[in-house]
Amino acid sequence: MTARPDRIVFRRTRLLVSIVSLVGLSAVLTGGDALAKEGTISGAGATFPYPLYSKWADTYAKDTQVKLNYQAIGSGGGIKQITEGTVDFGASDAPLKPEELDKADLMQFPVVMGAVVPVINLVGIKAGELKMTPDVLAEILMGKLKKWNDPKIVEMNKSLKLPDVAITVVHRSDGSGTTWIFTNYLSKVSPDWQKSVGADKSVAWPVGVGGKGNQGVASYVQRINGSIGYVESAYAVQNKMAHVKLKNQAGTFADPTEEGVQAAAKGADWSKARGFYMVLTDQPGAAAWPISGATFVLLQRKQKDPEVARAVLKFFDWGYRKGDAAAKELGFVPMPSSVVELVEKSWEKDLKDAATGAKVWPAENQASK
Amino acid sequence: MAASQQAAQEAAILRDEGEGPTSTVPPPPGSEGGAVPKGTGDSSLGDRAFRGLTQLFAALVLASVIGMLFVLVTGAWPALRTFGFKFLGSKEWNPVTNQFGALAPLYGTVVTSVIALLVGVPVSFGIALVITELAPRWLKRPIGVAIELLAAIPSIIYGMWGLFVFAPVFSAHLQPWLTEHLGPLPLIGRLFEGPPMGIGMLTAGLILAIMIIPFMAAVMRDVFETVPAALRESAYALGATTWEVVWKVVLPYTRVGVIGGVMLGLGRALGETMAVTFVIGNAHDINLSLFMPGNTISSTLANEFTEAVTPLYTSSLLALALVLFVLTLVVLIIARLMLMRLRAREGERT
Repeated sequence: MTARPDRIVFRRTRLLVSIVSLVGLSAVLTGGDALAKEGTISGAGATFPYPLYSKWADTYAKDTQVKLNYQAIGSGGGIKQITEGTVDFGASDAPLKPEELDKADLMQFPVVMGAVVPVINLVGIKAGELKMTPDVLAEILMGKLKKWNDPKIVEMNKSLKLPDVAITVVHRSDGSGTTWIFTNYLSKVSPDWQKSVGADKSVAWPVGVGGKGNQGVASYVQRINGSIGYVESAYAVQNKMAHVKLKNQAGTFADPTEEGVQAAAKGADWSKARGFYMVLTDQPGAAAWPISGATFVLLQRKQKDPEVARAVLKFFDWGYRKGDAAAKELGFVPMPSSVVELVEKSWEKDLKDAATGAKVWPAENQASK
Repeated sequence: MAASQQAAQEAAILRDEGEGPTSTVPPPPGSEGGAVPKGTGDSSLGDRAFRGLTQLFAALVLASVIGMLFVLVTGAWPALRTFGFKFLGSKEWNPVTNQFGALAPLYGTVVTSVIALLVGVPVSFGIALVITELAPRWLKRPIGVAIELLAAIPSIIYGMWGLFVFAPVFSAHLQPWLTEHLGPLPLIGRLFEGPPMGIGMLTAGLILAIMIIPFMAAVMRDVFETVPAALRESAYALGATTWEVVWKVVLPYTRVGVIGGVMLGLGRALGETMAVTFVIGNAHDINLSLFMPGNTISSTLANEFTEAVTPLYTSSLLALALVLFVLTLVVLIIARLMLMRLRAREGERT
């Protein structure tokens, strides 16, 4: 037949396929090997903290020879894998409810925080210039306000010249912890939103277009004039997008800065939150950014292999103590030290050796590190 | 490129089944498998081993199709039991209240694929004609290679190109033009309403068209080239124009292969995931306007599978996959039926 050039390429492809499968096979083999060794801890889950965990792991491996194998497969997958015990820890952007933790016999703790930021694309409007109340934000996202020069938006932005441009809402198309935090906030501040839409990792959006991932939303917002979307703060900074100032519980128009998120974390009473089930949206505090959230790590309460569990805890202990600079560099906000103390107390209390019932934490050789 | 190779092979299979003239070697009478003259013991053992091995491979295909169907049906069962036939008829897709329906993604899948075919088939037909009938000899090779190259580009590249290059141009120039000129027309005008965002069903359909054109063009070129020179030249000798030769000689001779190529393109359009996810806007909604965002089955799966936590949610996604499986099967069956009717009509005529 006529497909001679095809055939050559086909042969090449076949070669490529066999190379790839060989590499894959060896990766599986060595992967299995490495898991058997003590020097590797494995985790799976949320994509949001992935850049941080891999950066921490890189430095940590140089210090301690302990490697981290983290698969960013999404919070849902992380929860499934830790429940089944196929990984040493799971990671989720949305905290599990205390009942869910009890049911799966898991414990969780927050690692770092971040902000979710409404971003806009309106000609002539710069970052932090547009102010919004929670009501107006909710009404825009429900499609009730259709134009940017709607009196309700103009009312608190008299100094700005808002154009007669249609509002296009951009949301996440994939299930996401970011959406969970954002819709959790909207449900808290708007009874209407709670009734008609609700809060979850993906919801039935009344209007708008969906972009895949933070990057997808960011690029849609940059493409469409008159759009409003929401992304993790790191993406807003990276893409130089115009964020919206939001009125918080204290009545000030706050910015999504590191201070804003920490103010929200300080306002929250973690000691009363069973299983660290704490959502940092709509918190009190003068500077508090109202759409803040933490990302969580999940562990099995009864540890079959306490040595591995200790290795995991040591890694996060190291992260709390020495990882702040790396976290800030990537746009994350470190946990306040008071919360870290509570977390490490809970390690002591909640984690048990499955066989003996002995404590897993503190690690005996902690001082030697 | 392996894909276009496969495309050509599949088209060849369709062609072989369809038309007498292409099978040049008549099977020797009575040459069933067992009647092959026996050689030495060694080679007959080798023959038998080879035969067994190939049969195993063939069985593997059937086994994987049946296995896949089994997995999809068992996975989709909780959703199908909960929603029943309402699953197909409902456009509601709400993970918060656990209400799921397949209508919006099904609609999006069909509409984008139809757009892709409407645009893609004439263009690929033209490309194949240029290569086989019209282009000078020195130009045939470059065009052919270019088409094969296009077929080899991974779909995500098309998606990124669509979002970052095509969508801005489309929204700035083409969409306003369409709204202005086609908008006022009755009925059709409704298809071109709405804000020009550059993202939506029409964009997805056009990107799909660009993606399937190389496949269909490559197959059509290959089948057009199977037309015996004698046939073509006799027609020219009788004074037929190029148009008449194409319409009355080439097309009737290669009809089955052409339909096979179109079906391959349609199959790819129905299942395409990443490129569509980039440009369709991913909204679970049914809009008459092609400018509005929509969703397809495969892009819904790609978007939502990772974070689908509740069992009913996961099951509904698998049910969507089952719907796509059945849809593809129906398309294949329709293609087969069409071919059979064509053949039957041919039989009446002669």
